[in-house]
Amino acid sequence: MEHVKKKRRRAVVNQKDCVACGCCVKVCPLSAIQVIKGVAAQVDESKCVGCGKCAKECPASVIEIREVEV
Amino acid sequence: MKKHWYDYLWIVELTYLILGFFNILFAWIGLFFFFIPLIIAIARGTKGYCNRYCGRGQVFGLLGGRFGLSRKKDIPKWMKSKAFRYGFLIWFFIMFFQMLWNTYLVFAGTQDLRQVVTLLWTFKLPWNWAYHGTLFHPGVAQFAFGFYSVMLTSTVLGLVTMVLFKPRSWCVYCPMGTMTQLICKAKNGNKPSM
Ligand code: SF4
Ligand code: SF4
Ligand code: SF4
Repeated sequence: MEHVKKKRRRAVVNQKDCVACGCCVKVCPLSAIQVIKGVAAQVDESKCVGCGKCAKECPASVIEIREVEV
Repeated sequence: MKKHWYDYLWIVELTYLILGFFNILFAWIGLFFFFIPLIIAIARGTKGYCNRYCGRGQVFGLLGGRFGLSRKKDIPKWMKSKAFRYGFLIWFFIMFFQMLWNTYLVFAGTQDLRQVVTLLWTFKLPWNWAYHGTLFHPGVAQFAFGFYSVMLTSTVLGLVTMVLFKPRSWCVYCPMGTMTQLICKAKNGNKPSM
């Protein structure tokens, strides 16, 4: 069997330390990140392209861009 | 990204700070910045104020981002710890109640009006040009001086951390932000879910 692995980059929020300020939401060009119920931000994996804009903006630096296999 | 009307609320925030420089009684308007976030959090269970309407956050975002007045470094770990954030919230509350107490004393007539703006809870700046005496009781002015002190102090702290770390670092330890998040957690549970 031959595996064809595709790698994609995605944003991952460390929700434990997220302050739910929403700075990430404002800069995401694809509206792929949302603050859920004022508690923490959450990434919609199907929309995120891993551009890293949110991670750069996040004042608490709790977003990481990871390579994931799809 | 499309601009909304609320993306211009930084103008309101700046106007507020400037007005208080000329007439301290305008500081009372700041109660809106205090109650609106709480009402949104309690009624709707969201941080809608932070996420959309907060002019203060926008000021830091603009100065630190567009105007480049920020090193854009990561905030130190301890500053985003729960201990620091909750500790700072408690500290803010204590200072706030002390301010209310001072206002009460002026209303009760046991203390004279002090025409100062206290910066960082320590430095007393003379601010007498912004008070011309009014129809109101001096206590009304005392509250205004106190409230404006709170607003100016948080602006100064926010500017310092904006320069040192990311533009909106203030939002990490902002008492209003912490408080509204706590309210949302109490209402919605700790784990967010769609
Ligand atoms: S990495 Fe880019 S696309 Fe993904 S959530 Fe962040 S800003 Fe949006
Ligand atoms: S910018 Fe960072 S701290 Fe703020 S909501 Fe987004 S992930 Fe959370
Ligand atoms: S955390 Fe504070 S300064 Fe930041 S958006 Fe919320 S209320 Fe405004």
